[in-house]
Parts: sequence; C-alpha cells; structure tokens
Amino acid sequence: MTPRILAGLFLAAWLGAMFPNAAAQQAVRPQPLKSGIEFAGAEVRALQQDDFANPGMLWVARGEKLWREPAGTESQSCASCHGDAKASMAGVATRYPLLDPGATRLVNLEGRIMQCREQRQHAAPLKYESEELLALTAYVRHQSRGMPVKVVIDGQSRSHFEAGRDLYYRRMGQMNLSCAQCHQQNWGKKLGPEIISQGHGNAYPIYRLEWQTVGSLHRRFRSCLSGVRAEMLPQGVPEFLDLELYLAWRSGDLPIETPGVRR
Amino acid sequence: MTARIQMPKQATRGQVVEIRIAIQHPMETGFRRDDGGREIPKNVINKLICRYNGVEVFRAEMGSGVAANPYLDFFVVADASGELVFDWVDDNGMTGSERAPIVVTG
Repeated sequence: MTPRILAGLFLAAWLGAMFPNAAAQQAVRPQPLKSGIEFAGAEVRALQQDDFANPGMLWVARGEKLWREPAGTESQSCASCHGDAKASMAGVATRYPLLDPGATRLVNLEGRIMQCREQRQHAAPLKYESEELLALTAYVRHQSRGMPVKVVIDGQSRSHFEAGRDLYYRRMGQMNLSCAQCHQQNWGKKLGPEIISQGHGNAYPIYRLEWQTVGSLHRRFRSCLSGVRAEMLPQGVPEFLDLELYLAWRSGDLPIETPGVRR
Repeated sequence: MTARIQMPKQATRGQVVEIRIAIQHPMETGFRRDDGGREIPKNVINKLICRYNGVEVFRAEMGSGVAANPYLDFFVVADASGELVFDWVDDNGMTGSERAPIVVTG
C-alpha cells in the first residue's frame, strides 16, 4: 500500500471514531410533544386565546379582505377560483410544505400563494415577509386551526426530509450549536430568562411581541441563525424549506394554532 | 390600516355594553434606529375619537408609550339604535375610520 492510501485509511478511521453519528442522525420527536404556547406565560396565553385581543387576528382580517380583492391582468381574486376559504382552505395548510410532481424543491404555503399570484392571477409578485403575504398566509393557515400537520414523507420527499433532519442536527455558527442542542436536548430548561421551547412551527405565522408584528417561520429561523451567529440565509431558500418539512413532521399531532402569539 | 371592532349587535335601553377596537399600526416611538443607524421618525396614532350617533363618547390621546397595534376597551350606555363611528389620525396625517351598528330595544 502506498503511503497516500494508508493516510486515507487512517483519516477515514479517525473520522468514523470522532463522528459516529455524523452520517445518519435519528429523526426523533420530543416526548411528550408540547406546543410553544405551553412554555409561554399566562398573559401571552390569554392574548393568544382571545380571538379579539390576539393582534395576529388583524393580519387574518387583512388576509380575508385580500382573498376577495381582484389582482393582476385578469382581475382575478383568490376567491374567483377557490370560493369561500372557510370551506375550500380548511385543512389545506396541514399538507405543506410539499413536493409538486416533477419538482426539485419543496413549496411551502407562502411559496404556493406567491406561485398562484404570479402564474394564475398574473399579478405583481409578493415579497417574502411582506405584509400582504403574511396576511394571506395567516388567513389561509387559520382555516386549518385545530388540525394537526400531516406532511407526506415518501420516496420523492424523503431526500428533502433527510436534508432537513441533517440541518437540524448540524452544528453551525460561532457558537457551534445545532437546533437539536437547544430544542431537542434541552427544552424546558432556562436560557437566560427564557424557557427553551421544543421549537415547533405549528403556530406560524405568529405575532411575536418582540417583533411587534407578525412574522413567518423563516423569519424565526433567521433569528435563531443570528442567535448562534451563523451565516445568514434569505427567506425561502431550499435549506429552510427542507428544515420546515422536518419540523412539520417533528411536530407530530400538535394542532395548528395560527395566528399564535409568542413573547 | 386594518381595524377590528367587537361589540354587541343588540342591546336593551340603558344596558352597559363593552366596546373593543384593535387597529393595525406600527406605533413607531421615535426612539428606534434602523439598520443604517438613522432615526426612525415617531409615528403613532395620536388621537382616536368614538362618536355614538354623532355624539363623542370616547376619546384617546396616545403617545410613544403605547405598543404597536393598539387595542382599546371601554363601555358605553346603549340609549338609542344607530352606529358607533371611530376616527383616528397618526403623526403622518394618515386617517382611518371604522363603524359598527347597534340595535337598541325596549
């Protein structure tokens, strides 16, 4: 054996010893499953439960208006095709993010609304995190409130699910932390004044008191990236979509709470 | 500006009814700075008036101490059928208006 092959073998053995689980982390759900609202204080819980005081409902109300507002060259509104969202959109959000047949990247609810707007309504595209997109997403997802998320992990979407799982367990940033270290291994413990939640996405888009506005799940991902001082990614990138799929699976039978309220 | 009003559609004469209004507004304090370090100018809803059949029954003068998306809750005595009209204005001069009807019996 040449020295080069020997060195390669040593490296492989060393890597195997140092990172035994680096290749395949187990996808596990926290037990018992707890929604983020269970970690919130009494005031925040009361705010979420009161459908009038919940500030997120203002975005739902805005979304309801936008649903019926004609847009684009054809002057079509969401309602022109989908009718009454209370009937047509009930349960729809539980299936997202999903993989369209033949597509190579996942589409989440925001992505579907943007797609519909551009390809069907021929209207000006909505920006990620814009007030209009947040309002429409909150309104559509609100129609599935109380239902558990049921994403499909099959042959096609499995690779995305695995990519999301790997990202969940990957250490990153200057703090060298993975999502799992806080939200899988240490939930329920204190981080400064906060209790670490299990990090589920079931209440998004949420009204966060710190933001003083409604924000998407991807905005929350960015907050976490900033928290571990990792390289920032823009909203809607494939990495975030894969992670969203993993989180949707991970939240098990927790019901959708949109619009949630968090501190 | 999206606003939501919650109040009973019907009441008996003399009944005390609860009126709730929530308005979507950033309520910029004037103390914050943007990512470039520039001051974000103060912009809050500084005045909100509620008129019941044309008569002013409630007025709020708000400042930078009020959180975003203000939510106000007060009571009026139902004395006649008609409507409650809310008008408000912010520091940029943007006005908003919302109304809700009430039927008073007895």
